[in-house]
Amino acid sequence: MHRSVLRGLLFASPWIVGFVIFQLVPIAASAYFSLTNFNLFQDPQFVGLRNYQRLASDALFWKSLLNTLYLTVIGVPVSLTAALAAALALNMRVRGQSLFRLFVFLPTVVPVVAATYIWRWLLNAQYGYVNGALGAVGLGQPLWLDDPFWTKPALILMSLWVTGSAMVVFLAALQDVPETYYEAAVIDGAGPWAKFRHVTLPLISPVILFETIIAGIFTLQYFTQAFLLGQTRLNAASGGPENSLLVYGLYLFQQAFVNLNMGYASAMAWVLLFVALAGTWLLLRVSRDRVFYAGD
Amino acid sequence: MQATEAAPAPARAPNGVLPVTRQLSGRRVGGAAWRYVVLAVVSALYLFPFVVVLTTSFKPADEIFKLPPSLGSDRWTLDNYRAALDAMPFGRYLFNTALISSITVVGQLLSSSIVAYSLAKIRWRGRDALLLLIVATMMLPPQVTMIPVYIAWSKLGLTGTYLPLLIPQFFGLPFFIFMLRQFFRGIPEELIDAARVEGASDFRIYRSVVLPLSRPALVALSIFAFMWAWTDFLLPLIYINDPEQYTLSIGLYSFFSEHGVEWGALMAAATLMSLPLVLLFLVGQRQFVRGIALTGIK
Repeated sequence: MHRSVLRGLLFASPWIVGFVIFQLVPIAASAYFSLTNFNLFQDPQFVGLRNYQRLASDALFWKSLLNTLYLTVIGVPVSLTAALAAALALNMRVRGQSLFRLFVFLPTVVPVVAATYIWRWLLNAQYGYVNGALGAVGLGQPLWLDDPFWTKPALILMSLWVTGSAMVVFLAALQDVPETYYEAAVIDGAGPWAKFRHVTLPLISPVILFETIIAGIFTLQYFTQAFLLGQTRLNAASGGPENSLLVYGLYLFQQAFVNLNMGYASAMAWVLLFVALAGTWLLLRVSRDRVFYAGD
Repeated sequence: MQATEAAPAPARAPNGVLPVTRQLSGRRVGGAAWRYVVLAVVSALYLFPFVVVLTTSFKPADEIFKLPPSLGSDRWTLDNYRAALDAMPFGRYLFNTALISSITVVGQLLSSSIVAYSLAKIRWRGRDALLLLIVATMMLPPQVTMIPVYIAWSKLGLTGTYLPLLIPQFFGLPFFIFMLRQFFRGIPEELIDAARVEGASDFRIYRSVVLPLSRPALVALSIFAFMWAWTDFLLPLIYINDPEQYTLSIGLYSFFSEHGVEWGALMAAATLMSLPLVLLFLVGQRQFVRGIALTGIK
């Protein structure tokens, strides 16, 4: 082997070693466990594809998958749209621009446990400020955390508060759009909407696609917020009213660490991996003609 | 471009803007007012929850449950903070969390930077393939590896310690490796070559040339790593059982389990837990935002 290859591998070895120990071997182990009955205390018992067959007829599995797909298919576009809207607003040239950016980003640094409890208080059906505000303008006051219909919109509402990371990425992308393109558009008689639709949107579309994939993969793994929003005082791993908050990651956690069905939970993890891969593939395919790559 | 400063442009043109734009934006003088309105409304929406948390945390219990909800109070009090601090060993949690976060920062600084050096500054066959692999692993749901890794720690008898949280931090994280690699690539090759000509080894170049020139990126990494470790919930939930070892996240979670309806104390505890991160962010926000923009990933 060439000496530079050895040096390169040597310097990269921390990650390579970590990859083998914490990812490659566990992936193989997880694939095997998914074909076994395993409760941590006895040796794994090989059962073939039975875990996967059981998943197919497990109503809670389907419920949790649908809950997570709800958050992914509805929640991701909603929160990315909000992040883009905020980025557009924060890209306007005004005095004190950096202060406004700071305000919008600040919620993103609040620890997720604290943020979720803050929203449990804000969304409190009776004393919460969200319903207080809705009532003040004569709108309905949903039982955000008790009505199975409203629990997932509550999660999405919460996610709108912490869009800071996506917002910063969009902001960076907006600043990369050459000023001359806008000038040309104005000379051609374009208004603000036409400028956004025909200049901004095509030029930042690769970033939008990228953020959608990242946010999608992230949302498929969703756990903490649902876990804490559904948390009742007695039962720690609750799925919320009528299991409306039983997201996939939460059900997997229950199976693995509450019921110690490690084999069954491993099968769930593999299904999740395939859903993530299929979703990414679908997204890349659908977007192929809609994303514009400027040659650089 | 100093002329921009002197020009009486109503909306301040940033550097590099052609004069024609200045004229155009000059024509839209009336536009400035609505921009402030939009930004004020947006800011208010994002800041309102903070106002609610803070005011709730300083209100006596009977005022918290008053209808309609209002932000004011006649009797501001510190009782909620006292109640929160009495109900849980906050100092202990703070120490535990700071310890885990600091060791995480050290581990990631050491490991991610040296891997990034290999990817950015050593020319070797297979480098691009490795980069692709590193980035690809970001797509892997952690659930796939979580269970076997837990089983391994448990067989080693190390669940219930911090080691399962800390040891993986010394093997680099794709996000940080990628971020530093992007930054390192911006360091001129001439500097590296000059050091090589003088006979410096790669490790020497990494330590004495690349790292000192990369302070902003290393600061960004430190802030990210510190914040993520500080906020992490799932891993401490899985691995830590002893209340003595709780982090702030787990401490607040167990506080809610026992005192769920004491909203004043809960909001006080949430404030105390968030304050260090908010302060850290205010100090390091430039590097932080730059770090996100550098990778284009959260």
